[in-house]
Amino acid sequence: MMVDLSAIASAWPYLMKGLWFTLQITLVGVTGGIVFGSLLAVARLSQTRLLSALATSYVNLMRSIPLILVIFWVFFLVPWAIGWVTRSGRPVAVGASLTIFVTFVLFEAAYYAEIVRAGFRSISPGQYSACDALGLSKLHAYIYILFPQAIRNVLPILLTQTIVLFQDTSLVYVISATDLLGAATKIAQRDGRLVEMYLTVGVIYFVICFAASQFVKQLQGRLAYGAR
Amino acid sequence: MIEINNVSKSYGSFQVLKGCSANIASGEVVVICGPSGSGKSTLIKTVNGLETFESGEITVGGFRLAPGLTNVAALRRSVGMVFQSFELFPHLTVLSNITIAQTKVLKRSKAAAEEKARFLLARVGLSGHIEKYPAQLSGGQQQRVAIARALALDPEVMLFDEPTSALDPEMVNEVLDVMTGLAGQGMTMVCVTHEMGFARSVANRILFMDGGEIVETAEATKFFDDPQSERAKAFLAKILKH
Amino acid sequence: MSLLFEPTPDGSGRYLDWIVSGLVWTLVLALGAWTIALIAGTLVGVARTLPKGILPKIGRLYVETFRNIPLLVQMFFWYFVLPELLPARIGMAIKQMDPPWGSFAPALICLGLFTAARIAEQVRAGLQALPQGQSQAAFALGFARSGMYRLILLPQAFRIILPTLTNEFMTIFKNTSVALTIGLIELTATAREINENTFRTFEAFGVVTIVYLVIALVAWQLMHRIERAVQLPDLASGKSRP
Repeated sequence: MMVDLSAIASAWPYLMKGLWFTLQITLVGVTGGIVFGSLLAVARLSQTRLLSALATSYVNLMRSIPLILVIFWVFFLVPWAIGWVTRSGRPVAVGASLTIFVTFVLFEAAYYAEIVRAGFRSISPGQYSACDALGLSKLHAYIYILFPQAIRNVLPILLTQTIVLFQDTSLVYVISATDLLGAATKIAQRDGRLVEMYLTVGVIYFVICFAASQFVKQLQGRLAYGAR
Repeated sequence: MIEINNVSKSYGSFQVLKGCSANIASGEVVVICGPSGSGKSTLIKTVNGLETFESGEITVGGFRLAPGLTNVAALRRSVGMVFQSFELFPHLTVLSNITIAQTKVLKRSKAAAEEKARFLLARVGLSGHIEKYPAQLSGGQQQRVAIARALALDPEVMLFDEPTSALDPEMVNEVLDVMTGLAGQGMTMVCVTHEMGFARSVANRILFMDGGEIVETAEATKFFDDPQSERAKAFLAKILKH
Repeated sequence: MSLLFEPTPDGSGRYLDWIVSGLVWTLVLALGAWTIALIAGTLVGVARTLPKGILPKIGRLYVETFRNIPLLVQMFFWYFVLPELLPARIGMAIKQMDPPWGSFAPALICLGLFTAARIAEQVRAGLQALPQGQSQAAFALGFARSGMYRLILLPQAFRIILPTLTNEFMTIFKNTSVALTIGLIELTATAREINENTFRTFEAFGVVTIVYLVIALVAWQLMHRIERAVQLPDLASGKSRP
């Protein structure tokens, strides 16, 4: 069975459009996920029992269920939720993109939260004491001393999770979205070019992810706090 | 300057401080010594509120500490602390380590904070290292920066929690020299240390602790030459052999 | 939750039966893939730690390939692409497999090999965390390489990586949901089907969510017990049991 390269060439622009959407989801997911995840991590460390319990429950829930299930939840429920909030009484159609962005931020935040939490735990306890002894307010201590160290300690893991996120975006297939895989599927079904499309997409994902993971490996070497 | 009044603290069923009392005058240098687990570190950390206590009262200058009194921010500005593990902020340069509390806590201008930092670094003998990161310094150098960092807030009292215990022997003296100089300038100092040479020559008074209690307090030379309690005698016999 | 006990449109029972069926497929797929993954993953992980030859390179190629392509894309490869690339007769035979097995077999192989790559990396990390002295001692005692791995190194390595393996075990149950894209009616697919039949979205997905939570809890408990059962007193420092 020969692979038809011209089919790939003609499909390329559409595939790139899909890749662009994939990158957008990744970008929104990373940014929103790390921000929300950091808040969750700090909430888990909080002295307020309720806040800490809520954050822990959220993280554990999101990490126990499949992403596809979360995609379905958000996809089916967000229109109802918006309809309820705006009192229109009926589900309000919401763009698929927004649904997808919200899903990925909510889902990946739970994973980033665990990583950031590990980052905080990797800081020597004496650092907290030093901040206290100097009279730094809790807010200043977190912003200037603790958070920077936590992130720096787990940066490679954060980046690896981002590569995982990039791969997870392919699951939006289940709601027929046009990410990279979705674009390939649509062409495959229209032109009957299954083999070419899926192999191409496999190669594209491989090249991007492999390059990214090599970059993370290099970074790991350079992140030590400077030898003497 | 510092009044510790009948302070007690327990961890669950284990009582780590039992009714400790002491008075430290302004300009005095007091060394707290004793066997491991005697509560020395815990006691010194109650003075700046890093450890809470269940009964008793502590007064530092005009500030009062009592069980349940949680607002210690103001007190911490007038009490400086140096830790056994230095605890410099690894992601900041030496300069930033010294200026950050000045700008964020005391709200000094960046210029004033930097000027102060340079002055103090010169005082501890580390002017050339101002842009380096802690990981690029030796243990002794890091501890001297830590002392400068604490001094930058112009404290009235300096607390030292085993400042040389984590250092290689050849670096102990450079830190003790700085502490001696500080004492000579009239700083009120409370030091938990095993360095008996320093205690003997620089301290005004020794507080000997064992099992959570302050067993004996005496003038420095008197404590070493003529300890009164049995426990103090046993302790000195063990450590002065070498 | 009364939904569960209502009769299904095709008269084959109640919705509860659909959920049970979906659950069974999920469990069988997960456990089957886990078995494949453990065996293949250990072999590849060991291969990567071998000092020379072609095996480490093959191991690296395997891991990089299966880790840098999304699971869903891999699933499509096994289901759609492989039958086309194989000789015509074999391809036709595969495509004509009866429905559940036509989806189940590729899903099983795909998920097994995908997870194997991740386990391989963990096994490699565990083996590399062991002190070099272990393999040196084994060689000195006359062990051949296979015996050394099987009796000395792997038992220790597995204890070290049990926490990450636990994570992987819980992940595999979640990853079974990807098989719904090639027609396997596992748990998540069941939720979607119930929703399409009854439009009671909240209940349909709610029940399935709870089932996944229970699976996660049970899986975690199981691994936790295994961890406790095989624990060695302080593996790293080699302290002995009292």
